[in-house]
Amino acid sequence: MRHALISLCLMASPTLAFEIEEQVLFGPQDSETVLRVISTADIDLFAPVILGYLDQTPGAAVDYVAVSSGELMKAIRDEGAGFDVAISSAMDLQTKLANDGFAVAHSSAATDDLPDWARWRDHVFAFTQEPASIVLSRAAFDGLKMPQTRQDLITLMRQHPDRFANRVATYDLRLSGLGYLFATQDARTSETYWRLTEVMGSLNARLFCCSSDMIDGVASGDLAVAYNVLGSYARSRPDADQFEILLPTDFTTVMMRSVLIPRTTRDADLAGEFVDHVLQSAWADSPPEDATFTIAGEVRNAEAESLRRIRLGPGLLVFLDAFKKRQFLQAWEDAILQKP
Amino acid sequence: MTTVNARGSIQRRLMISLLAGAALLAVALFFIVQSLARQLAEESQDNILLASATSILDASAVRQGELVLDLPYSAFSMLGNLSDDRVFYAVRFGGDFITGYSDLEDVPGIGDARFATRDFLGEPVRVVALSRLLSISGRPATLTVIIAQTRNGQRETLERISSIAAAIGLGFFLAAAGLAALAARSAIRPLERLAVSVGRRGPQDLRPVAAPVPSEMVTLVAALNRFMERLKVSLARSEDFIAEAAHRVRTPLATVRTQADVTLRRVDKEENRAALREMIRAIDESSRAAGQLLDHAMVTFRSDNLEHSALDVGHLAAEMVDRLQPLAELRDIELHLTADDGAMISGDTILIQNALRNLLDNAIKFSPAEDTVSVTVTAQNGEVHLTVRDNGKGFPPEGRDRLTRRFARGSNAEGIVGSGLGLTIAHEVALAHGGRVDIANNSKGPGACVTLSFPSA
Ligand SMILES: Nc1ncnc2c1ncn2[C@@H]1O[C@H](COP(=O)(O)OP(=O)(O)OP(=O)(O)O)[C@@H](O)[C@H]1O
Ligand SMILES: [Mg+2]
Repeated sequence: MRHALISLCLMASPTLAFEIEEQVLFGPQDSETVLRVISTADIDLFAPVILGYLDQTPGAAVDYVAVSSGELMKAIRDEGAGFDVAISSAMDLQTKLANDGFAVAHSSAATDDLPDWARWRDHVFAFTQEPASIVLSRAAFDGLKMPQTRQDLITLMRQHPDRFANRVATYDLRLSGLGYLFATQDARTSETYWRLTEVMGSLNARLFCCSSDMIDGVASGDLAVAYNVLGSYARSRPDADQFEILLPTDFTTVMMRSVLIPRTTRDADLAGEFVDHVLQSAWADSPPEDATFTIAGEVRNAEAESLRRIRLGPGLLVFLDAFKKRQFLQAWEDAILQKP
Repeated sequence: MTTVNARGSIQRRLMISLLAGAALLAVALFFIVQSLARQLAEESQDNILLASATSILDASAVRQGELVLDLPYSAFSMLGNLSDDRVFYAVRFGGDFITGYSDLEDVPGIGDARFATRDFLGEPVRVVALSRLLSISGRPATLTVIIAQTRNGQRETLERISSIAAAIGLGFFLAAAGLAALAARSAIRPLERLAVSVGRRGPQDLRPVAAPVPSEMVTLVAALNRFMERLKVSLARSEDFIAEAAHRVRTPLATVRTQADVTLRRVDKEENRAALREMIRAIDESSRAAGQLLDHAMVTFRSDNLEHSALDVGHLAAEMVDRLQPLAELRDIELHLTADDGAMISGDTILIQNALRNLLDNAIKFSPAEDTVSVTVTAQNGEVHLTVRDNGKGFPPEGRDRLTRRFARGSNAEGIVGSGLGLTIAHEVALAHGGRVDIANNSKGPGACVTLSFPSA
């Protein structure tokens, strides 16, 4: 493996009902203090943060469980699985966990330093800002002017249906919590979202569960457009020259990855220390070059005016409402699944 | 000295009641501000809950026999504007639970909007239930939106306002305390002024208080003035009485004395002569006493309204020495005067003459015959000293201070005519002029040395 310190073991846990994608134990195998982290972030990307924490806290170990955001919700809310820290990109689900009393409060010097928009109720703390980007294949747009806005993209797709048919991709909102969050926030910001969705539907859009699959498709030339994917995943790829990462200038929805301490924690102090470490390394004034999870991230260079940061707070509960979700998905399916 | 029975202090009592009032007001202020703040905070939470519920109700309708409910994003995001409080909601339609938190109960009661405070998921929440009548397949059914929010934000606002209110209350109290101290001090000041001005007065000063006093003190000062007036009148009356009495006694005594002298010359029998001499002596005593009493009354009277004229003590002493020359010669006593030039004082000539005459009278009376009595007048250090010295036996050692009292005579005065008022007169004259009398014996050699001192003019 990349890091000699990592003792990696993939485990199958048939007793648990929620679905684990990957599980790694960082630090000494026989450690007395094992911090159990459940997270939606890929292990490879998150490992530097954990290693930094282990450097600071000799003797401790971190049991890192990677899951999807829906499974994280299931684990904490429905099964009461024993985790000390939950990290997720699904801001709405994190908010819901805190709102419904599944998180415990934490306050420290590190959390006091956060601006208001980066925390909710001393329960949910944001540590990244990740814009929803549009990844465009350079090859597919050969000879065309690269679009800057959704409207540009709509126009291009309408003008060249032959080029884009079966080659546009976005999240399957029925499977991806993050996709659903992005879609609902887009819809809230502008009607353009629905027109774009209809155009993508008319081009027989392909639906995916995850950002990385879509980026794979664009990189291989299979796909021309991947809508609402995480730029951070695309940028870190070796074949990044195959595509362009567009932050649309009409508006760009910015998601914040957040961390909370589930009420099932067995050691709230230890969990608090880990949370503080995550926040400190993300909010550092000058984070290391290779750090993926920083609060500035891609947002640092982007044009600030078009950025729409998703606000933590009870508003996020609206689209989690079962009734509302059913309606939204219905409308979305009507738009995306239409036959040409 | 008479002792005054002191109990309590006006200033302190005033201060305590002002402070108690201020404290009461400060506490009242604190509670009023706090309760207003609570009311406001509660109202604003209720208003926003109601607005949220209304926006949900407004976004719902029955379409084609089915309930259409489109939760507006603002319905909950507006709740997040004021505070980071937890939000719960439930929508019920005609008794069926539609969406939200199924445990969140309706608020019983009548009216479209109903509020309650209760516990939900382990925390106190403020709940609003808002209902609206819809019609579904021709039958009316009630759509109820229930929204609950925890009250942390409200509590924080309240705590903040409470501490501000406490600070305001404390500040108010401190300011009031300072003002109370000033007020108490200034209220008591005229009283202190009066006490000081009355206390500073000399024993003879019975003038009415003329300085302006606050209206509350008018009664007291009027009573004081009346009292002093009465005292003055009664003092004057008794002095008058004494003078009158002495005068009335002196004239017949002089007649009797002449008759006794004439009789003495005619009588030959020794025992009768002795009786007559005894009688003459008693008459002398009485007449001397009457004279001194008269003089004393005069001194008292003139002291009250002291005349201030410039006078040269040297001249005055020379005149007096001349005048008493015959008396001195009776006993073959020589009177000596040494006087500095320009020993000027401001005062009443008659009074000072009277004082000096009494001192000289004593010196002549208490020294042996054929002796010398010296009078010196010196001016130094802003004072004029008038000293009378003799070479007699001097003052008896015991009870010298007592001799300036009325009718006090020394043990050496036995057999010598006198009434014990001479030094009293000298003393009072000195006091009336802001001076003093020193009674001593000569430091070198025998004899008395009495000095009158006056401030120079
Ligand atoms: N020069 C003096 N030498 C000795 N004793 C004196 C002398 N002057 C005063 N005294 C004493 O002081 C007493 C008080 O004197 P004071 O002049 O008041 O009274 P008095 O001379 O006895 O009577 P008055 O002067 O009223 O006729 C005298 O009785 C005497 O004992
Ligand atoms: Mg005398």
